[in-house]
Amino acid sequence: MTTSVMEHTNTTTKQNETGKGISEMEQRKDGASKINVKDLNLFYGEKQALYGVSLDIHEKQVTALIGPSGCGKSTFLRSLNRMNDLIDGVKITGDILIDQENIYNSNDVIKLRTKVGMVFQKPNLFPMSIYDNVAYGPRGQGIKNKKELDKIVEESLRGAAIWDEVKDRLKTSALGLSGGQQQRVCIARAIAMKPDVILMDEPTSALDPISTLKVEELITNMKKDYTIVIVTHNMQQAARISDKTAFFLNGEIVEYDNTDEIFSTPQDQRTEDYVTGRFG
Amino acid sequence: MSIPTTNHTEKIGNANKRKYLLEKVSSKVFLICALLSVFTLLLIIGFVFYKGAHPFVAGGYSFVDFLLGTDWVPSEDKFGILPMIIASIYATIGALIIGVPIGLFTAIFLAEIASKRAAKIISPAIQLLAGIPSVLYGVFGLAIIVPFLQNTLGLVKGQSLIAVILVLAIMMLPTIVTVAETAIRAVPKTYREGSLALGVSQIGTIFRVVVPAAKSGILTAIVLGLGRAIGETMAVILVAGNSLIVPTSLTDSIRPLTTNIALEMGYAAGTHQEMLFATGIVLFSFILILNFVLARISAKGGN
Amino acid sequence: MRQFKDNLLNGLLWLSAFLSVAVLVMIVGFIFYKGFGLISFDFIFGDYSPTGGGGILPMIVTTIYTIAISLIIATPIGILAAVYLQEYAKQGRLVKVIRFATESLTGIPSIIYGLFGAVFFVTTLKLGMSIIAASLTLTIIVLPVIIRTTEEALKTVPAAYREGSLALGNTKLQTLYKVILPSAMPGILSGIILSIGRIVGESAAIFLTAGTVAAMPESIFSSARTLTVHSYLVTQEAGDIELAAAIGIVLIVLILAINLSATFISKKLNKATNK
Repeated sequence: MTTSVMEHTNTTTKQNETGKGISEMEQRKDGASKINVKDLNLFYGEKQALYGVSLDIHEKQVTALIGPSGCGKSTFLRSLNRMNDLIDGVKITGDILIDQENIYNSNDVIKLRTKVGMVFQKPNLFPMSIYDNVAYGPRGQGIKNKKELDKIVEESLRGAAIWDEVKDRLKTSALGLSGGQQQRVCIARAIAMKPDVILMDEPTSALDPISTLKVEELITNMKKDYTIVIVTHNMQQAARISDKTAFFLNGEIVEYDNTDEIFSTPQDQRTEDYVTGRFG
Repeated sequence: MSIPTTNHTEKIGNANKRKYLLEKVSSKVFLICALLSVFTLLLIIGFVFYKGAHPFVAGGYSFVDFLLGTDWVPSEDKFGILPMIIASIYATIGALIIGVPIGLFTAIFLAEIASKRAAKIISPAIQLLAGIPSVLYGVFGLAIIVPFLQNTLGLVKGQSLIAVILVLAIMMLPTIVTVAETAIRAVPKTYREGSLALGVSQIGTIFRVVVPAAKSGILTAIVLGLGRAIGETMAVILVAGNSLIVPTSLTDSIRPLTTNIALEMGYAAGTHQEMLFATGIVLFSFILILNFVLARISAKGGN
Repeated sequence: MRQFKDNLLNGLLWLSAFLSVAVLVMIVGFIFYKGFGLISFDFIFGDYSPTGGGGILPMIVTTIYTIAISLIIATPIGILAAVYLQEYAKQGRLVKVIRFATESLTGIPSIIYGLFGAVFFVTTLKLGMSIIAASLTLTIIVLPVIIRTTEEALKTVPAAYREGSLALGNTKLQTLYKVILPSAMPGILSGIILSIGRIVGESAAIFLTAGTVAAMPESIFSSARTLTVHSYLVTQEAGDIELAAAIGIVLIVLILAINLSATFISKKLNKATNK
């Protein structure tokens, strides 16, 4: 489908970086492709959940995955940092390349997960202080120096736009924060690992509208530094914050394109039905 | 789970290599710890059965005579445990007949009828009593129940089957009450409301809706209480009288299986000791059968 | 007719509850009434004297020894076994076998443990009738208790904690000791405290493995009496109900203290982790 178009754009961009030639207009916003998924099939035991999914995700963009419940979008997301490995009986075929390296070829999931951060549906801070939560990842990597940790914690909390709200209570339990604050600390916790990619699995589904807005704002600001892949149920949200949108249905990608195109001129009837709210 | 497309396998960083090694080693250690309980169970069964089977396998003793013999005179090489088997069965059934209804009714009372304040005081107190060493129940039995029976029934010796039954029934009470109460409290409120809304009285609701809904928890309570009664040893020694006769009345002095082991293990040797292990096997089988039967009942009852 | 049945059942409920409470109050009342006269500083902290009138310090020390030794061994093994079952094992035949074994161990009466301890630890391992032999036997008795309660505690740890930690590039082991075990701590502790109660209350198994020497144990390889066994022996041998009741008071106070500390600790820990 549109994949070939993307690859085409992709090569143009690469030329851009080296050659500085070609018109600025032609460049669009696409960076280099960060994640290449080729013909991914996933099975839970006998049951197949993903069918031949291929997708190129571009650097420093927000890519939204939309679709009705059970369409495989979360499953797909969780393949990108191999969280599906935790489930017994999961089988995967196909390729997932991040920075041209196949993540399923190496068994170093630790390295993968430090590079690919994740924010979950519900805030899942640990029952520890805010500080310890954010320092949790770096400490796991063996960083013990107090000053260094202080710096990482502050930078990460600033990066998640929550520093000002929590700087005076870093040592108090993170579970005392509101849901929206907790989710932003979760984002800070992911940022603290200095990842390239951040996966978000319906990060605002448990939040009130105001907190949701704050998180969305944050995501928009974060894309200058990170490649973000977000699963969302909320089509307005996908339209507001994402550059690219992939529409999943029954374990397949129906359509993948610039978000504007998906919402204004979808190619597939099913996409149109979904984004206009006719089913889902 | 890995995908064999490219041969380019990434090198794992040194720090991570150590983590993966630790990961592997630790999971093995955890496995060994978990297997330890299997190992000890096998060891226990192995030892008890090996020792207990020895006289029948190698010593020429008849297992049937052992089970059905009525004389236990180790000095004369007579080892029959029928009196003890019967004593154990009588004592256990008797304790169940008294302890289960009282325990269950108390649990129902605490969960459904008692005021919140009363339940808040009584329930923890009963829970605490479940933790009291069983020997103390025996001491109580010897000091209060035995003389009471002796005086009111005009017995020569108050230590008797009925004394054992009473002590065991009392001892089961806290366990049955505590576990059954929890089970009854766990029944959803909607069940009660549904029944009451249909015009059924409170008592009717309790017995027709709440208790059946809590059935499996109540059975667990009975099993746990039963386990406590069958296995009890020291408290029983104090009130049983320990006579080696087949009991024919509630006032007969008895010697259940457990007490036989405890009383004689201290000085037994050779075949005598092995026969005590054989007594242990019988006790063990007794409990296995009971657990099996109760598991069947609860499987049937709980769909 | 229905009215009559309801009233009858209602009456039986009240009667049963009254009976239960009355009997249990009677037992505790009896123990305190009979034993209270003997309770004194010298009784609790005095050495035992075979001629009578001495204290029960040796039995207290023996009881503490048995608690300490069996918990030192059973706690780590039990917790790690539970961790394996809950966090590592794939559901399958092996787990079923382990579960079955643990459950069976729970159902074995203590006199059988005593028999086993008497041949295995006392005779085969040549430990003799001793505190160590009794403690090892008790270890096996409390192991399933600790495994069971730890498993229950691990089950209550939200899966989100595990995912969160793993997604941050932590290994399972790191996740375990940094997040999961701390969260499960109140439950694990209450299991350990439950085990203390079981050890303190145990008599038959100790009777057959530790012997009955009524003296201050010189080492863990000495034969000795725990409080419970002492209480049994003074009743059985000397018919000294008052002394047995006085020991009973010490035991009841001990159990009460254990239970209260369990409630206190788990409340405190819950607060520390959740707020």
